Amino acid sequence: MTDDPVIRLRGATKRFRGASGVHTAVHDLTMDVRPGEFVAVVGPTGCGKSTTLSLVSGLEPASAGEVLVRGEPVRGIPAGVGYMFQQDAIQPWRSVLDNVAAGPRWRGTPKAQARELARGWVERVGLGGFEGYYPHQLSGGMRKRVALAQTLVNEPEILLMDEPFSALDVQTRGLMQDELLRLWAGSGAAVIFVTHDLEEAIALADRVVVMTAAPATVKASFDVPLARPRDVEEVRLTAEFLDIYREVWDSLREEVARSREQAVKAEGGRRVA
Amino acid sequence: MSHDAPDAGAAMAAAAQMTALRTPSDLDNAAAIAAAGTASRRRRAVVWTVRVAAIVAWLVSWEVSATYWIDPFYYSKPSAIWHRLVDWFTKGTAQGSIWTQIAATLEEAVIGFVLGAILGVVLGILLGRSRFLSDVCAPFIKAANAVPRIVLASLFVIWFGLGMSSKIATALVLVFFAVFFNAFQGAREVDRNLINNARILGASRTQVLTSIVVPSATSWILASLHAAFGFALIGAVVGEYTGADRGLGLLIATAQGSFDAAGIYAGMIITTVIALLAEWLLGGLENRLLRWRPPVAGAEAQI
Ligand SMILES: Nc1ncnc2c1ncn2[C@@H]1O[C@H](COP(=O)(O)OP(=O)(O)OP(=O)(O)O)[C@@H](O)[C@H]1O
Ligand SMILES: [Mg+2]
Repeated sequence: MTDDPVIRLRGATKRFRGASGVHTAVHDLTMDVRPGEFVAVVGPTGCGKSTTLSLVSGLEPASAGEVLVRGEPVRGIPAGVGYMFQQDAIQPWRSVLDNVAAGPRWRGTPKAQARELARGWVERVGLGGFEGYYPHQLSGGMRKRVALAQTLVNEPEILLMDEPFSALDVQTRGLMQDELLRLWAGSGAAVIFVTHDLEEAIALADRVVVMTAAPATVKASFDVPLARPRDVEEVRLTAEFLDIYREVWDSLREEVARSREQAVKAEGGRRVA
Repeated sequence: MSHDAPDAGAAMAAAAQMTALRTPSDLDNAAAIAAAGTASRRRRAVVWTVRVAAIVAWLVSWEVSATYWIDPFYYSKPSAIWHRLVDWFTKGTAQGSIWTQIAATLEEAVIGFVLGAILGVVLGILLGRSRFLSDVCAPFIKAANAVPRIVLASLFVIWFGLGMSSKIATALVLVFFAVFFNAFQGAREVDRNLINNARILGASRTQVLTSIVVPSATSWILASLHAAFGFALIGAVVGEYTGADRGLGLLIATAQGSFDAAGIYAGMIITTVIALLAEWLLGGLENRLLRWRPPVAGAEAQI
């Protein structure tokens, strides 16, 4: 395994034209992800985590700086990228099975074969029996699982996940986390996993990256030297886990507080104006 | 009461069998479904009774007042209209068999509808997805839409003659604008997330168009098709009214020429029935195509 990073952000900056002038969502962000590495990203709400993922996926071009995937500058969507969006993005007019089969179909797999693949993934995310349901007949958590299957069926080498499990109940979330780790271990994919749940971040990742309050840039990066394979439920209870948790939380807490201050200030500014 | 006994026995046996086969919650479900079915049937019966009563009251009061107070020469009356309809269908009209007239109008309306709808959908989606094209075309479309389209019927008679093509053209223009604006809006309001997701999953530009944009715009387009068939009929009838050798519009124009109020009403009624039939057919099509949509009032899925 070469250790050349598959994902490399060099001083990446993203600005948006907003209602009140130019808004910088991501500022001078530098980070690398090695092949097969699982990186969790945490940071205060609205700081620019989703924007960072959209830069890597090629959906948004960077305003400044470099975004490289496998050493190539990102122009358009790089091959082998899977991206599970924060918002619902499954097709309401397709059944669960056809939603999951959509990726392979678009990539040219024959229909019968695509459906066979999809059936396996629908089982794996625990939706067996719901193949013929339309999205409006599913719960929010079930729709998330459809999105997960839809992304994983393409067997991405680079997996971008934006708060994939935040809509799930605690038990299902635990199951899905274990399932994700199992699937990932066999795939060798590089993962960037955005979450608000610090426990989830530490339990899953090789490394936790803490982002600053808006505009986002990397504040600190913490290695998680917990042994694999991990059982998500059990690893939380170890002393090592708690040590890491305390360390990362100390770093994250300041940013969350800063983000709150910013929000209060912005609110005050609006009141005055 | 000895003859009751076998019945009761059979009922008991059936009940025993049912409880053996079904769990209590199945029984509850069955009972709830049956109760909901009865309630909705009763509601429907009441609605229909009130509707029929309203029509009867209206027709009777019209008939009575036309017989005693107002002049039926101008306002006609239900019995006269009925006789005219019976006449048309049994003996034919002054212009020939009534079926020929209906077939002519229907043919013009259907051809105009299909062509106008195809044109409207294709151009609507194209302009909806291309910022450049829509910027270029916007003023022209707005101007064309502002033209009083009924007047075009006269122009088309000059251009295409008294035959079918002038009516088809009128119907086409009316349908086109109704469908175009909806298709345009539908194509424009496609959820960005859906498109991004499809692109990430590997869809090409054409695949995004056919499997994301078109299905999202479908509910908009279908909604416009309902009204559009009505427009196609109006286009055909107005076209015939302006100048033709057959069709329902010609019947109405002839009736007007001879101060035959009953004839005008009879023509109106036939046109209305055709429009309602078409509406019913299109409704069926819409339900088939939009099976994926949640039921509007939630009436189907919950009890
Ligand atoms: N397309 C856009 N146009 C304008 N501004 C945008 C756009 N996308 C994001 N932003 C702004 O960029 C900032 C960062 O947004 P982003 O979605 O990346 O935050 P986030 O860290 O993912 O937040 P959360 O944790 O709540 O999901 C926000 O202030 C947002 O308003
Ligand atoms: Mg986000």
